[in-house]
Amino acid sequence: MTPRINEIWVYLAASPLLGLTITLLAYQGAFVIYRRSGNHPLANPVLIAVAALVTLLTLTGTSYQTYFSGAQFVHFLLGPATVALAIPLYQQAKRVKAMLLPVVVGLFAGSLTAILSAVAVARLLGASLPTQLSLAPKSVTTPIAMGIAERIGGIPSLTAVLVIFTGILGAVGARYVFDAMKLRDPAIRGFAIGIAAHGIGTARAFQVNEQSGAFAALAMGLNGALTALLLPLIAPWLAVA
Amino acid sequence: MIAALTQLLIFQLAGEVIARSFELPIPGPVIGMLLLFVTLVVRGGPGHDLLHTSQNLLQHLSLLFVPAGTGIMLHMHRIVDEWPALLASLLVSTTAALIVTGLVMKLCSRPNRGEMP
Repeated sequence: MTPRINEIWVYLAASPLLGLTITLLAYQGAFVIYRRSGNHPLANPVLIAVAALVTLLTLTGTSYQTYFSGAQFVHFLLGPATVALAIPLYQQAKRVKAMLLPVVVGLFAGSLTAILSAVAVARLLGASLPTQLSLAPKSVTTPIAMGIAERIGGIPSLTAVLVIFTGILGAVGARYVFDAMKLRDPAIRGFAIGIAAHGIGTARAFQVNEQSGAFAALAMGLNGALTALLLPLIAPWLAVA
Repeated sequence: MIAALTQLLIFQLAGEVIARSFELPIPGPVIGMLLLFVTLVVRGGPGHDLLHTSQNLLQHLSLLFVPAGTGIMLHMHRIVDEWPALLASLLVSTTAALIVTGLVMKLCSRPNRGEMP
């Protein structure tokens, strides 16, 4: 009996089926917990799913490469999902037009704050230069941030992880920050969360309020584009200053 | 659903081709998003299929970040070594970005004209 189970395990461990299935299972389990908690920000589904998967992979001695051969099919959908953000954007176009000035000013201020404060704090606490440069693009969505990290001398796969955890922090903490600031406009709340916490913040915003979600999507797209343009220009200065 | 997914992929592909041919630093999917936005403005909105598929996709946007997040496994060593700096950097800069963006937008959208009720 046991050799048979071993054989099955060897087959499954090498096939993409397992990685894909456990990703979907972990996420659905995490989502049930999130819903049961009444969409509590601390029960963030990405955080719970990642924790469950890391534990499972570590316990079974499965490498990330093996896991990713299956999970890449989910990862790939980030591209079409980014394109799909044009639709909520279109639906809020009127409101965006009316708020053009705050949107532009908020974009530049928020984007620069995210980049410079991340690098400054890491440097102050003695992080290595590659770590600092991996942190610089952490507020923009994964595929963009990884591309930027590669260009400026960071470590793309480390950036991916930092991006995800930034998103989780933003999605978890935004409500408390905004409430403390007495910031109530759902458009501004959404835009700020999109700047600071990209797609994960945007996902959270959509679950709370449709308008916040659309503004978060706008902010995420604009910040991705702006950071991709700005960071390669200021990175040489960050590396020496 | 298939037609809508095909449309999204075509826009992503077009974005990718534009980004590579002009060596733009902006990633393909973001250009694809801008192209689709312009198309929607010209056409006067998305069709039923595209609307429905996008809503489904975006409703579970957070799922799509799970595989990359699990990549934390690869960097345990660096994270153990540098965790105080990493954690402080993420906490401070995420909070700062939320506050600065929110504050600046609030100031710009409601200039000093007294309190609203």
